[in-house]
Order: sequence, then structure tokens, then C-alpha cells
Amino acid sequence: MIQFILNNKIIKTSSNSGMTLLDFIREKEQLKGTKIGCREGDCGACTVLVGTLNKNKISYQSITSCIYPLGNANGKHIVTIEGINLTQNLNSVQQSLSENYATQCGFCTPGFVVSLTGYVLRNSKENLNTINDAISGNICRCTGYKSIEKATKEIDEKLIFKDADHQVKWLVDKGFIPDYFTEIPKRLNDIKIQKLNSISGTIVANGTDLYVQFADKLSEENINLIGEESSLKGITFSNKICTIGASTTVTELLENDRLQNIFPKLNSFLKLVSSQQIRNMGTLGGNFVNASPIGDMSIFFLALNSILRINNKNGTTREISFQKFHQDYKKFDLKEGELINSVSFLIPDKNTFFNFEKVSKRSHLDIASVNTAGRINIKNNRISNAYFSLGGVAAIPKFLTKTNDFLNGKTIDTKTIKQAERILQSEISPISDVRGTFNYKRLLAKQLFFAHFIELFPKKIKFQNLFS
Amino acid sequence: MKNIDSYGHLRGESLFVDDIITRHDTLFGLVFDSPKAHGKIISVDYTKAEAVKGVIKIFTHKDILGENQIGGIIQDEPLFAENEVHFWGQPIAFIVAESEFIAKKARALINIEIDELPIITTAKEAKEKGSFINPPRSFKSGNTQNSFAECDYVYEGETFSNGQEHLYLETQGSYAVPMENGNIKITSSTQGPTIVQKTVAKVLGVNMHKIEVDVIRLGGAFGGKEDQATAWAVMTALAVQQLKKPVKYILNRHDDLRMTGKRHPYESTFKIGLTKDLKIQAFEVEFLQNSGAAADLSPAIAERTLFHATNSYFIPNVMSTVYSCKTNLPPNTAFRGFGGPQGMFVIESAIAKAANEIGVNKRLIQEANLIAENDEFYYGQIATQVEAQKSWLATKEEFNLKRLEKEVKTFNKENLQFKKGISLMPIAFGISFTNTPMNHARALIHIYQDGSVGVSTGAVEMGQSVNTKMLQVAYNTLGISPLKVKLETTNTTRVANTSPTAASATADLNGKAVLQACNSLIERLKSVACKMLSVTESEIIFKEDQVFVNNKKSDLLWEEVVTQAMLERVALSENAHYATPVIHFDKTKEKGHPFAYHVYGTAITTVTVDCLRGIYEIDAVKITHDFGKSMNLGIDVGQVEGALAQGIGWMTMEEIVYGKNGQLLSNSLSSYKVPDIFSVANKVDIIPLETQGNDMAILKSKAVGEPPLMYGIGTYFAIQDAVAAFNPNYKPKFHSPFTPEKVLISLYEK
Ligand SMILES: Cc1cc2nc3c(=O)[nH]c(=O)nc-3n(C[C@H](O)[C@H](O)[C@H](O)COP(=O)(O)OP(=O)(O)OC[C@H]3O[C@@H](n4cnc5c(N)ncnc54)[C@H](O)[C@@H]3O)c2cc1C
Ligand code: FES
Ligand code: FES
Repeated sequence: MIQFILNNKIIKTSSNSGMTLLDFIREKEQLKGTKIGCREGDCGACTVLVGTLNKNKISYQSITSCIYPLGNANGKHIVTIEGINLTQNLNSVQQSLSENYATQCGFCTPGFVVSLTGYVLRNSKENLNTINDAISGNICRCTGYKSIEKATKEIDEKLIFKDADHQVKWLVDKGFIPDYFTEIPKRLNDIKIQKLNSISGTIVANGTDLYVQFADKLSEENINLIGEESSLKGITFSNKICTIGASTTVTELLENDRLQNIFPKLNSFLKLVSSQQIRNMGTLGGNFVNASPIGDMSIFFLALNSILRINNKNGTTREISFQKFHQDYKKFDLKEGELINSVSFLIPDKNTFFNFEKVSKRSHLDIASVNTAGRINIKNNRISNAYFSLGGVAAIPKFLTKTNDFLNGKTIDTKTIKQAERILQSEISPISDVRGTFNYKRLLAKQLFFAHFIELFPKKIKFQNLFS
Repeated sequence: MKNIDSYGHLRGESLFVDDIITRHDTLFGLVFDSPKAHGKIISVDYTKAEAVKGVIKIFTHKDILGENQIGGIIQDEPLFAENEVHFWGQPIAFIVAESEFIAKKARALINIEIDELPIITTAKEAKEKGSFINPPRSFKSGNTQNSFAECDYVYEGETFSNGQEHLYLETQGSYAVPMENGNIKITSSTQGPTIVQKTVAKVLGVNMHKIEVDVIRLGGAFGGKEDQATAWAVMTALAVQQLKKPVKYILNRHDDLRMTGKRHPYESTFKIGLTKDLKIQAFEVEFLQNSGAAADLSPAIAERTLFHATNSYFIPNVMSTVYSCKTNLPPNTAFRGFGGPQGMFVIESAIAKAANEIGVNKRLIQEANLIAENDEFYYGQIATQVEAQKSWLATKEEFNLKRLEKEVKTFNKENLQFKKGISLMPIAFGISFTNTPMNHARALIHIYQDGSVGVSTGAVEMGQSVNTKMLQVAYNTLGISPLKVKLETTNTTRVANTSPTAASATADLNGKAVLQACNSLIERLKSVACKMLSVTESEIIFKEDQVFVNNKKSDLLWEEVVTQAMLERVALSENAHYATPVIHFDKTKEKGHPFAYHVYGTAITTVTVDCLRGIYEIDAVKITHDFGKSMNLGIDVGQVEGALAQGIGWMTMEEIVYGKNGQLLSNSLSSYKVPDIFSVANKVDIIPLETQGNDMAILKSKAVGEPPLMYGIGTYFAIQDAVAAFNPNYKPKFHSPFTPEKVLISLYEK
């Protein structure tokens, strides 16, 4: 039995846990405000909020309900546009959108309202997102966004005086959300949540990969949900090692204080990964195992020279170098009954330099044409270890073994980098597809490889020297 | 006044086809379409699919009682393929089942055998092979050949502009319900309710009056639901005719992308001749329109391309030809601008090429050739109330072009990795259906006995806020509060024989009809009120829900006049018909006066290119736009911003890709990218140009739907400017969209 609160109503359902939350909302509950634009997480028309209770505090995140398994709603507060509406008046977010002419055909509009309400509900301390990040997963084909931007500026201004300690009450008082929100934590606590048990079903973390392709098939199943599995969650630091559970989401990385310190540009790197809604769902494990040659998280963690911990269902554990994990196109070292448990890496010190680059047709919410990351350790002015990875140029996320070997022991100068780039080209074999011709990918690989050095060593490596 | 739908939109309460309450016995449809781009159908085996529990029936061409034909301009498009398939995604059968889920399962079990035939995917290839939709058309003025001989500069070149997916957020869909006596009611997401009605009647073999088409609103359309909403409505109606049960079909996004046509890709060649003073003397252009596998609206779109081949320039000698090339792509169709943008891209490219070769700034050529009052457009219309130069000058002054150009120059001198580019883009866009007989509309207005008012027109609301404008016309003319007026759905039983909501002309045509109807009603109510107050008609007006006598409020309320009119048996309903005067066009001579008026404007676009990564940002687009006397500036500005974003998308990231086998590869939202909030221009400034407006426009408020899309073309040339600033070896190419891939390759070409 799946139990949750949908807007103001307690739901108990025996529907398949693999059904999409969208279908449950629109078909079973006949709530038609949540729209269907794509069913692949790419338009945001189906956005709803998921409120998760943690020690009596509830925190809300936006997700795309078209690729969200119903089972993941278990124990949550799910909020659709209907649950945001005040009885009569437009709420404060809606008012700003209305005042600024930010709705035309209206089909995208509920999705925008919900995403923005998700932003409004976010505790400002943990909120590294700008208000426009909150709608990074919402496509509007009518307005050209300028009116929406005017509205979001206005909403941000309304939030300046938000009372962080009593934010739900403040938001209710200011007409952002209906008052039933204040009772939700208590009501969620009162529900006796049963753990869903369906070990035999398809393994789904948060489904952003699987549901794009197999939503129909999964909807007939009770799936094996591991996205909330506590043994797979958490970011820990010990003994110079950082360990991240496989079911950690991209948003959880982004919001982690320590990681932000370690990677000062983490925020700008991860903003290039999918959209806010998808980052709120997509997990590391899912990204590694979907094995896309341009998986952003694979590229990121390859360059960190990471170790994967893999659990067997009998409780045994093995560790392998992440570089060895991907073997061939969509082939990887994971046996029947095994799950990735975590990924860990040596915490960079002050002599370590790290950069991530990604270019796609559209800079946000798009799959890379080429992506790359690089970690360089410097000792006595020389590269002691280089770990570069490159995506979109081979059957797997590519660890540039030869290029890295070449760089080890070298000084950082223009000549060396140009030489290294030639070796890089010998290691890759891009093919032409919708994300670019192989020629373009080779050129882009070169440019982005150079970009790492221009970003990391601006004094030594200058754009003009590389291209003269 | 805000969009009257915004309250419902923002609360998720506005209804779209997929949201309306369905009867509990509703069945669900799904198309089975061709998995090959061209071939003979050897066999289709439905047995396994039919055996799936919950499948009710699979419809094919054999089940059609009327004609298997949905072509509009030319009767060349079957609803269901019979013996041959001509594009990947061509409908072959319609599966009706108890749920969409079951229908999908059944679809996967259909076995088809196709004997493949050679395919054509590009217009050029089609032309070489003589594969055309209809004979080519040419417009001519002066004598280009003689003129070229006298020009100081003559250049030739070629251009390509790719197609564009409409990506209306709401996919295509229809819900058909059986009524009594074999009548069928269809709720469709269509821009053309009459087209749907007429085509359904033809395919079902029944009279049009048996078919009622109702349109609540569309979740975006942009031309994509003008002709191409029809097939799905026909299929649901066909199933209702035989099953006597309601049938619903909402296309899923992948099916919609695969099966529907898009903006036409064009391959074109041009020759441009100028004199030393940069006057364009002669222009020859040949457009190859990739029409796809059937005519759809291609001939009409081709025609508009010719009308806009000279954009807002006066060129004395012009020769233009367009070929509608038949290929094995889904039939391409209307898309905001309707062939106009494709035409303008070529003349802008020709000017860019000439500027580059001569070594002058492109804008000097643009500026030297802007059309002036009483010049003749090359298709014979004398240009009046021309705002081309005025908008150009206003743009230069208001936005301080000199300073902007200097900033770009300085920036480029100081920066190596980043380069800025700037361009100007003037537009002149003709308003009217170029097919003169389509320029008409009707409005039916009821004043109910409590004084409230219902307005029906032929206009379809699809986000452009046409209903808001109709409401404005109605309440202002009647002198009552907007709260008293309701806009009804667009329904063929209330307003019949309508033209589709298209060509930017809908607010003008329907608005004029609303105006006429309201005026007639007011005349009648005035005479009632006069008797009640014992005054003469010239002394009174209706305002603020009351009767004013000699501009002073009387005690007489609107409701009281309406009640009295009822007692006196005065008609409180009015049906008005409007047909645009003046316009005409002679296709035998290809000359005439096809447009009620033109819309003008000028945009400055500035961009910054990251020359390391080949990516770019659009810094700003600064526009002076000719709204006429805008009746709703908030809404009209929204139209400009939205159209601009679409134009920029078309020119930058929206890349349609077909495989060699004719299969759409950009077939999902993960592989076809439209602008998001981060990729539109960082700043968009829009200044309304001070003009008189035009009497042919509703309340002198000019049409605004399509023209601003073409400001987006400026982005292409601004990027080109930045690329040239980085790479002195760059040879300008005119091959849109200017994707990051093309930018990077251009930056480093040798
Ligand atoms: C709109 C959209 C945009 C996207 N944009 C990007 C992008 O920019 N960059 C990018 O890299 N990806 C992108 N993705 C892909 C996807 O979001 C990511 O790959 C995400 O990290 C997948 O995580 P998940 O938990 O949702 O995976 P799921 O779909 O739950 O799982 C994917 C696969 O991994 C398996 N799996 C999951 N966890 C484990 C585990 N611990 N052990 C073993 N097997 C496991 C599952 O069984 C399944 O086979 C996008 C997806 C969508 C829908
Ligand atoms: S329907 Fe498009 S993101 Fe869910
Ligand atoms: S208002 Fe139409 S898609 Fe946004």
C-alpha cells in the first residue's frame, strides 16, 4: 500500500509502484491542472512538488511527475497546482505572473507556477539556486520568457523579508500558499508508512533514465525502488576520502557545504547538468549505470580517479577503480544481484586543480556534444598526476589514459599542452550523430581540453598562445 | 487589460482537449504509421494486434465510407496510406482500444512489409529529378538582365534555412462524441474548425451539418494546427461513425514530432546587383521549398515567400521563382511567418554577401534601399503609410546605434577570447491572407435578458489573446463592463464557414465583425433608450453600464434598456459579416494589391561569442515596432517577445535532422532544442513606433502575431559579425541555424 498526502488529501492506493505519478494524478485523481508536454522530463509541464519530512521539518523539491515512480511518493507530501491555489484569489506567485503578462496559451503555466512555488518554499540557507534556476526545466513556447523574468524578479523582491524560522507560516500569511500547509508535517508524521517491498521488480533509483524509455513497461510492475534506500545515501568525509552514496542526487551534491568548499565552482558545473527538476531526482548510481558515453556525472567522477564500492545481495562487497567500470557501449562491470553502493575519491588539497567543461546545443537542460573533466596534482611545479576524462567521443565515458600518462611529470606550458592534445586525438573515436559531426566533436574536444588549462592556470596558459 | 484567460491558466483550471470530461465509455485511438519513407506496401498483418484484449477495431482506408482524402489546396493526401507510403510517419491505420496503453501494445504487434523505393529528402534533389507539388511560380518587375549589365557590383550566392518544429506545448488532439441521428461533435485542438468540419464530412461521406466542431483553446499552435490538426480529428470521427462510442486521441510527443510537418526548409540561390552608391538595382532569386510528400499549405506558403522576397527594400528589377519540391518528408506546413521568414533570410544574406565583398558595413546597404512612400512593392502594391525608414531611424536614434557599434568595436579590440557582433534587421510584413477569398469573418453576439453578453467569432484562442481583444472591442462598443462579456468557444454551429485563425489577420477580421455586430445592437438599444428618456439618438451614448445623455450620466441602466427591449420584442442578437475591402490579386499577371497594410519595424541585435568554446549569448535585441495604435500594448509586446524568441530559436539552436533514410532523428525533446529561459536574449527592449495606425486594422491596432518573428533573423547576422571579428579567414555562409557546431567550425576555418 502506497500512502501519501496529495495536496490536502490522504491517499492510500494499491496501484503499481511503477506507475508514473503523473498518470496517478491526472487519471486516478482526475486533477487536470498538471499538464503533459513530453513525458520525458524535458518540458516541465507536469511539474509537481515533493515534500519530504525529516525530523519534523519538511522540505519541498520540484520534480517532473511524468518520469517519477508513484512508489517514490510513499510517505511524502505531493503538491500539484490544485494544492497551491488559494480559494478565490491568485496566490502571490500567480499574481506576479499575471501582472507581467507571463501567460499566453497557458499550457506551460501551471508547471511554472509549481516550480516557482518550489523555489519560494525552499529554505533560503540551503538555496543556492536563483529563481530562474528554479524554472530551468520549464519550457514555454509562447512568451519568450521576458515577461516571466519580470515576474520572477518581482517574486524575489517579495521574498526579501521572508521569515526563515517560520517560513511556512510566513508564506501562508503572505498569500503564497494555502494554510493547510502548516498542518502537513504533523499529518505526515501520523501516517504509518509501510515500506514498499518488491525486491523482484526492476531496480529503479529515481527513474529519470529508465522512465524516459520504459514508462509503459514499468507502470505494470511493482518496482524495486532504491532511490530512498538509506544505505545508498549520504555524503561522508573521513581520512582524506570523500564517499558519496550511489542514490545521492545531483542537487544533494550541489547543496553540500563541504563539497562546495572542495570545488569552489561546483555550482556552476552542476548547473550545466539537466534541469532543477531532474537534478532533484537524478542519482549518481543511475548516471553511472545508464552508461551513456556523455553522462555528466560519469565524466566528473572519472576525473576524480574514483573508486566504486559494489555490494552483492549476499552482503559481500568489492571495490573497483571507476576507470574499469565501463567496458564497452552500455557494458559495465556489474553482475546479477549487484548494486553500486557508493563512489569515493581522494579529497583534493591545495595542490590539486579540478575543472569541468560541457558544451551542448543549448547550454542548459541539454545532453552534451562533448563534456570533459580534469584533475591535476602539482608537485614542484610539475604535474604529478593528471586525470582527464572526455565524454561523447567514444563508446564509453572515456578516461584519457595515454594523455594522462603523457602529462605526468611535465611542466605546464603551451607546448606540452598542445602535444598532449595530439595524443588525446589519437585516443578518441567520435561518431556523427544528432549531437554533432565527428569533426566537430574532435575540434570541441581540443577546445575544451585547452579550456581546462586556461581556466585553471590563467597565468601560464593563455588563449592567444594556444591559438596562434 | 490582461489576457482574460490568465486567471484560469495560472490556476491550472483552463481546459484543453485532454482535460475535458470524457464519457466513461470513451475509447482511445492511436495511429500506426509508416516505418519507411517510401515504398510499396506488400502486406500489413493486424491479426496479433487485433487479438490484444481491449482492442476494439483497427481502422484502415478500407473502412472509409466517403473519400480517403484530406488534402486542402491540392487533393493529394490520403488520410490512410493505401498501396504506397511516401514519408516516414505517414498514417496507415488507426487503432481504437479501451485505453491508450492497450493501443500501444497492439501497435507494437503490427507487422508490415514494405518494398522500399528510392527516396528524396532535399529540395535540390527533388528539383533535379523533376519532383514537384505544382508548377513553379514567378513574380517579376522591371528587367533584371538588363539591369545587372549596368550594375557596378554583381554577386551570386546560395542559402539554406532549415525547418522548424512548432513544438506547441500541447500536442495535437481530438475528442469525438456521437450525438443523435448520426451527428458527431468533435472537440479539436485546431486553428481551422471549418477545415476540420469539411474534411470530416468528406471522409465520412456525410453532410457538413452533421459535424459540429468545437474549439475551446489551443496550447500553442504557431501554424502547426492550421491544416495538420485535421487528420486526427477525422480519425476519431471515423471511429465514432462506426463504433457509436466516444473516441479520444491525444498524440504523444514522439508521434507528434514524427508524423507532423514543420516549417519548410528552403535551399535558395540569388544574384544581386548594386550600383556604386549601394542602391540595389536588381535581384534574382530562386527558392527551392522542401514541401514534403504532399501539398498541404505549401503552394500558399511559397506564394508568401515571393511576396516577402524583397523584405522592406525597394528594388526596381526583381525576378523571383519558387519551386514547391516534393520529397519524402512529412508534408511541411504553416509556421508563424508562413514562408515570409524564408524569403527574408535570402535577401538579407544577399545583402550580407554584397557588403562583405564590397567591404562595407551591411547596414549601409540596408539603409540605402529601404522602401519609401509610394514606392511600388514588386508585386504591384503601392506602398502607403510606410514606416520602414521611420522605424529604422528611430531605432538608430532611440538606442544610440553609434554608441553600440563603438562598444562592440572597443570590446573586440580589447578581448581575444570573446567577440561581440551586431546587426540590424528591418521587417515589412504584409497583413491579409494572400488568397483574397479567405479574408472574411463573422461574429454572433447575444445580449441575454439580464444584460450579460456572449460573443462568438471564428477566431481560435491559442495564446495570442485574440479573445481578449474581441472582448475589448465588444465591451468598449457596448459601453458595458468587461465582466458582462463572455467569449464563447469557437464552434462551427454558431459561426460557420470560417477561415482558419492564421495570417496574423484574425483579430482584424473577427474584430471588425464584432464591431459591426455591436454597433447594430447599440443602434437598436439606442432607439429603445431614446423612447424611455424622450431624447434623440444623437444625444445618447452607452457608457459604464449606463445611458449617458449629452455626456451626462442618466439614471437609466444598461439592464433596464435590455429589459425594455425584450418587452418591445427588439432583437438582442446580431450576426455580422466582414470582408476586407480593397484587396485583390491577379494570379495570371502576379500583380495586385494583396495586403490590407504592412507592419514595419527594425531590430538591433548584439551577441557575444566565446571563441574558445564556440558558444554564444545574445546580449540584447532592441526593437522599434509598428503596432499602429495598439489596443493592448501588454499583450502585443508579449507577442513580439514570443515571436522574437521563436525567430532566434529558428536561427540558432533549433535543428531538424533527418537521416538519409528519411527518418526524423531530432525526434524528441532531448534531441530537438527550443529556447529556454537562459538562451533568449539577455535584454529585450521594445519601443512602440509612433504611427497613425491603419483603418483596416481593428481599432487601428495592427496585426502582431507573425511579423516580429523575423527580427530573429538579425541574430544570425550578429553572430556572423562576431565570427568575422575573430577569424579573418571566415567566408560568410548562409546556412541556418547557426548552431554552436557551425560557430566553432567557422571560428577556426582556414
Ligand atoms: C530531461 C532529462 C535531462 C537529462 N539531462 C542529463 C544531463 O544533462 N546529463 C546527464 O548526465 N544525464 C542527464 N539525464 C539522464 C539522467 O537524469 C541521469 O543519468 C541520472 O543521473 C539517472 O539517475 P536516476 O536515479 O534517475 O536513474 P534510474 O533511471 O533510476 O536508473 C538508471 C539505471 O541505473 C540503474 N541503477 C540506478 N542506481 C543503481 C545502483 N546504485 N546500482 C546499480 N544500478 C543502478 C537502474 O537500474 C537503471 O538501469 C537527463 C535525463 C532527463 C530525463
Ligand atoms: S511532461 Fe514534459 S516534463 Fe513531464
Ligand atoms: S504560454 Fe504557451 S507554452 Fe508557455
